[in-house]
Amino acid sequence: MKTTITVNGQARSLDLDPRTTLLDALREHLRLTGAKKGCDHGQCGACTVLVNGVRINACLSLAVMHDGDEVLSIEGVGAPGSLHPVQQAFLSQDAFQCGYCTPGQICSTLGLLAEIAAGHPSQETPSDAPPVLSDAEIRERMSGNICRCSAYPQIVAAIRQAAEALA
Amino acid sequence: MSSVSDWDVPNPVKENRSGLIGKGVDRYEGPLKVTGTAPYAYEVQPPSPPAYGVMVGATIAAGRITDVDTAAAEASPGVLAVWTHRNVPAQPPRGTKAHPRSTAGSKPALESDRVTYWGQPVAFVVADTLENAVAASHMVQLTYAADAPDVDFQARLGDAVDPPGEKDVEVGDFQAGFEGSPVRLDETWSTPIQNHVQMEPCASLAWWEGPDRCIAHTSVQMVKPAQHGLAETLGIDRDAVHLMTRYIGGGFGGKGQTYDDLTLAALAARALGRPVKVAFTRQQMMHGTIHRPATVMRVRLGAERDGRLNAMSIMTWTHCHSDGSFTEHASNFARSLYAAPNRLTGHRLVRLDLPHAGPMRAPGEASGTLSLECAMDELAETLGLDPVELRIRNEPEVDPENGRPFSQRQLVRCLKEGAQLFGWDRRLPTPGQVRDGRWLVGLGMAAAIRGNFLLPAKCSFSVDADGVITVRQGMTDIGTGTYTVLAQIAAETLGVPLGQVVVEIGDSELPPAPGSGGQFGAATAGSAALAAGVNLRKAIADLAVNDPGSPLHGGDSASVTFQDGVVALENRSETLRDLVRRAAPAGLTVEGEIRPAQDAQRWSTQTYGAHFCEVGVDPVTGEVRVRRMLGVFAAGRILNAKTARSQLTGGMIWGVASALTEGNAVDPRYGSLINQDLAQYLVPVQADIGDLEAIMLDEVDDKANPMGIKGVGELGNSGAGAAVANAVYNACGVRLRDYPITPDKLLAGLIAAGR
Repeated sequence: MKTTITVNGQARSLDLDPRTTLLDALREHLRLTGAKKGCDHGQCGACTVLVNGVRINACLSLAVMHDGDEVLSIEGVGAPGSLHPVQQAFLSQDAFQCGYCTPGQICSTLGLLAEIAAGHPSQETPSDAPPVLSDAEIRERMSGNICRCSAYPQIVAAIRQAAEALA
Repeated sequence: MSSVSDWDVPNPVKENRSGLIGKGVDRYEGPLKVTGTAPYAYEVQPPSPPAYGVMVGATIAAGRITDVDTAAAEASPGVLAVWTHRNVPAQPPRGTKAHPRSTAGSKPALESDRVTYWGQPVAFVVADTLENAVAASHMVQLTYAADAPDVDFQARLGDAVDPPGEKDVEVGDFQAGFEGSPVRLDETWSTPIQNHVQMEPCASLAWWEGPDRCIAHTSVQMVKPAQHGLAETLGIDRDAVHLMTRYIGGGFGGKGQTYDDLTLAALAARALGRPVKVAFTRQQMMHGTIHRPATVMRVRLGAERDGRLNAMSIMTWTHCHSDGSFTEHASNFARSLYAAPNRLTGHRLVRLDLPHAGPMRAPGEASGTLSLECAMDELAETLGLDPVELRIRNEPEVDPENGRPFSQRQLVRCLKEGAQLFGWDRRLPTPGQVRDGRWLVGLGMAAAIRGNFLLPAKCSFSVDADGVITVRQGMTDIGTGTYTVLAQIAAETLGVPLGQVVVEIGDSELPPAPGSGGQFGAATAGSAALAAGVNLRKAIADLAVNDPGSPLHGGDSASVTFQDGVVALENRSETLRDLVRRAAPAGLTVEGEIRPAQDAQRWSTQTYGAHFCEVGVDPVTGEVRVRRMLGVFAAGRILNAKTARSQLTGGMIWGVASALTEGNAVDPRYGSLINQDLAQYLVPVQADIGDLEAIMLDEVDDKANPMGIKGVGELGNSGAGAAVANAVYNACGVRLRDYPITPDKLLAGLIAAGR
């Protein structure tokens, strides 16, 4: 099936087997291997990308469902010589070890910051006030991204650093 | 004869003139990892489009394949090959070593009709796309003659035997010491099967350059055994396999060996004449790769009323694969931990129709401390002693098992400083006394110990005409920080900025190193790097004093210094770059090597720590929350404060998981593991972890290696779960000895206790 997806600001025309997930389209067809395959079942978050500004698990979505959508993957966030403040914060705080979950963590962070800014509540948000970037909010909202190396304290520190840098 | 005293001389790491040793510099490969541009094995771009291989696992745990029907799979769109034991290309029998010095033997895939564990790869499909390969893999029809699976560990404890070549170790007379003690503890703990659950499932990509040379990218912790094992399996010369593992998405021991993904990718690439890549699915990882086996541990402690131990014993029962002999040595750590004149430790092994058992982060200690360190907590309560004080009273002066002096032992300092920093004095010894809203709050602690090792390794250092230092070593970085610490050692040794160092590892064509495991990586790889760096300094110094064009010409090469990119001799100097460009424009390359000292065994060399934990227990739901946790560690000189801390906090979180959530349940009907994915095998997520900190004490262990460092990758895991379990008891008064401490068990305990 012919599908056109705007990936990292660039329109990409693909002719795909309709069974192809968005994750495999990125990794195997567009050679954008930053989004990782950790479980293929939406359980680990390593494949997190932003679709039209909202974070999703790319493994749980078929590519042909995204005709006309705008996808942001880690490759569109920043490059080694020009890191995005979130990427720089992950590096500075040592918020990763093996690095396999890291692109997903960073894309998820971008989604989290946008959700807080838009006032979307979580389980940790008081019922009578808008969400603020507390440690409890970060931990709740980042719990869809598993890090088996368990850099969790460092990830919280990185997200705080990034939020300050972006403020 | 080599001796640890050979290391007792100044070296650039000890001198640390640029201050790079110990500094918390950012990860060398970090910019690639945070931008998604570090290629893991499945992501390397091969020279031509790859075909996709998918493995099919057995749906019985024991028996034989009696019939195979691959017609539908072969007729499925895009399919290039369908293999079972009937038509897989010939491979030498398992364990064959055509080359006698191979570090691993042949590991044939799909080797016979025999099935020895559920999920064993028994068929393999290759197609032009992943989607076509997955679809066809579901069409492979296998008929089995299944045997009743022998997988019930608890039921088979009575059949356990001594592990091959092992005997119980007794010091003094344990039974007499135990029976003669006025205070005794005799309890049994059990731990479940655990899986490594690396974020990157095992994956391989292979292609051939001509008929005789195989290029393979895989995800493995040890380079040489992977290369040799693949060559032996393919029946080709070892040098004909070029194996690379540049970025590894977690290992934890589970990637200490290769699996059928590598073998099948290489065989299929040869058969099809095109690159082939193969990955395990998350579900396949649970059975198809090794796991930490379950244990049953009986702990007996006999003490005087003042807390001094007369007798100590841990006996561990565990299991391994029906063809295996791997033993979870959960009793060994206790041999060096506490003083007691009468001691008995040992292991018993049951062979079962379960997948292969193998090492997982802190093998032995991770399971073993979950028993002994809780037993010490129970004993302290019986004696009316503080658990920290009980441990201090049993601090040995020399290794209590063999009388060897400790190279360094700062366990008591870890305990005392940790207690003070954590606010341990606020703990109430009687459980169930502290409430915070709906939560019962408790504090717990445990000691940590993990052995330290040094293995033989080589490394090469080069300097080029730009003054860039390149480190080359067949070592791996599984997230441990190898790239970074090698860069630090190189920069410190040659006196250049970090930006002037290139590190190349994870390649079978580089000087061999044993890889990542057993927390021996940094000490082993780093010591070889230091040796190479010292040799390169000498070569550069000789170059300078022998070059008439150098301002250092004619000087004493032993007095040449290296700092800030400059080589100097008293007040004469030039830049490293100018010297090399002029005097050796093709660059210089030297090797260095480390070997264990022959007298190293005269000392007991361990790493130590103390964990302190505060939990909340919800008495209505049985939920446990880790509110805060502190670890204080003594592990020799620290090469990188940032990456070492991350290793330690990561290990501590593994301990939290082993106490509260992790474990594979066995289905006795089929011999499978019931929870096969990340929705059911519960590793911690962000919301599970509260404030958590690791502190490293100043230490230099000059008996460990020339740098005085020790490993930290496994130490953080040792004892951490026991601290959590002890905190749970202190919070709510329920002692659970069957891990993990899940809400159902805790609720039953709370109800039984009338709380």
